[in-house]
Amino acid sequence: MPSYLFWLFATLTLLGGTAVIAFRNPVSSALSVVACFVGLAGLFIGLSAFFVGVIQILVYTGAVMVLFLFIIMLLDLKDEEHRTHKIAPIAAGLVLVAAFAIQLVGVLSKPLPNQTAPVLNQNTLSAASANLVQTGQITETSKIAEALNAGQLPDVHLIGHTLFTGYNLPLQILGVLLLVATIGVVTLSKRQAE
Amino acid sequence: MLDILIILLKIVVLTFMVVLPLVPVSVYFERRFSAIIQDRVGPNRVGIPLTLLGFKKDFHLFGLIQPIADGLKLFLKEDFTPDHVRKAFYWLAPALTVIPALITVCVVPFGSPITIFGHTEKLVIADLDVGPLFVFAVASLSVYGITIAGWASNSKFPFIGGVRSTAQMISYEIALGLSIIPVLMYFGDLNLSKIVQHQADHGWLLLPIWDTDGFGITLEKALFWFPAAIAFLIFTVSIFAETNRMPFDLPECETELVGGYHTEYSSMKFAMFFMGEYAAMVIGSAMIITLFLGGWSMGFTLDAKIADWNLFGFGLAGFIHLGVFMTKLIGFILFFILVRWTVPRFRYDQLMKLGWVVFFEAALINVFLAALILAAPQLAGTIITIGFILLVVLTLSVIWVAKVSEEKPKPLRA
Repeated sequence: MPSYLFWLFATLTLLGGTAVIAFRNPVSSALSVVACFVGLAGLFIGLSAFFVGVIQILVYTGAVMVLFLFIIMLLDLKDEEHRTHKIAPIAAGLVLVAAFAIQLVGVLSKPLPNQTAPVLNQNTLSAASANLVQTGQITETSKIAEALNAGQLPDVHLIGHTLFTGYNLPLQILGVLLLVATIGVVTLSKRQAE
Repeated sequence: MLDILIILLKIVVLTFMVVLPLVPVSVYFERRFSAIIQDRVGPNRVGIPLTLLGFKKDFHLFGLIQPIADGLKLFLKEDFTPDHVRKAFYWLAPALTVIPALITVCVVPFGSPITIFGHTEKLVIADLDVGPLFVFAVASLSVYGITIAGWASNSKFPFIGGVRSTAQMISYEIALGLSIIPVLMYFGDLNLSKIVQHQADHGWLLLPIWDTDGFGITLEKALFWFPAAIAFLIFTVSIFAETNRMPFDLPECETELVGGYHTEYSSMKFAMFFMGEYAAMVIGSAMIITLFLGGWSMGFTLDAKIADWNLFGFGLAGFIHLGVFMTKLIGFILFFILVRWTVPRFRYDQLMKLGWVVFFEAALINVFLAALILAAPQLAGTIITIGFILLVVLTLSVIWVAKVSEEKPKPLRA
């Protein structure tokens, strides 16, 4: 990704994140989260992770945040706009910030491993394809091998392949978990008090 | 540098010279077509006023200039901002409806690659490998425009319209996403250009009667026609709901909500909502055509024949395909208009029931049906039979659950 695009999306993400806590109006805050997520999706796409970026927008921006906004609008929170700052929440927030800052310093103080990620060009991708075929993970004629040999990164196919071969059981369990949650919500909402 | 120029050129041409003009054109079609349906004449007068210059008759051009007159009228109207609105959001909302609709244009393949002076160029702005997902993702952002418009107007009817639209669009996004899973399983690809190329070679999804070696149909393709048709039905109806078109235009239901979410808007801001709706309709039609009806391909094994036609170094195939795509697109827009003026509006609870009880389940079962048909050639007979029985049991149980949930819930004892 050209570096100016990285800076653009990184700025958007950071501005969005800051605006969430800076705005008094809850609706403005929710929209700032949306801006933050869009910036994050841009960063993902810049890393050639198209699928993750698009899913980020589809799930978080397009569904989760819409529901948040929906609830906020229905509640019509007026108190939030003239809230006062109390010591305890601010202190708790500062402690969290300090913890993250210490962690960040800890990570950054170590010398970085002296290797850069390989450039995603024709040679690396063909080599990756040959490697996958050799270890028997994919066949010579599969779509993944075809795309890799053509010098493209088939990220959707690769994610799908990994999920359904390496992590099939966890995936199924997660699916059941979501189903249980859905059914639970329906059951709870169907109950009516006398 | 040249690449960026070409991309800019494609954005300008495809978005602002192909899709955006379709918006006023479809408004014109809407007015003339509804007039025909209702046995009226419709707008047919706007043209060159030759009588002013002393001629006997005006030159009216069948009223084709009407869209320009409409646009001018909207520009010149007073742009009134009521006092009680939340200003920043009130201004933001119209933009948020139009922009997502226009961004989605970038993954739609308008034609096969065209060759100009030996330089081949794809007729798609961004040939992404996540085409349909990208369209859904960006289109799901347009819900913000309508919701915020309803909320920012700070009055009752627009607010109800905004809330309705949020609920409606989220509900139908699920049906929309689930319904195309069989289609994506069939093509095994998320790249819209490749999907269209596959259909050009092996037959359209809904008309699989030819292949690379001429006309003919295999058993697998014939069987897959059924899940494809179900997917097509669900997808098309969901697109109607997503674009807030009749019979699902509850967010702007005049009889109940005055004008719905755009009640407080006037002049060009109102026109932006209008444009957003029509642009979404154009993109929706483009998606239906691309996924189910062969996109730009002419079909009937004609694509391979015209592939090397060229005139003075210009590959003709790309331009012919662009024409074919536009013809199909306008045909589908006319279908949208026909439905609008034929089917009466749904009630809101009927709309929600259709989305959650009928389409969601039908799309889910359709996924299993499609998977069974696609996997059948590699499976033994007994496994296919077991799968089929399971599918029937699943279908019946889903219908039973839907029936049971209709009953009034028992009061909670506590």
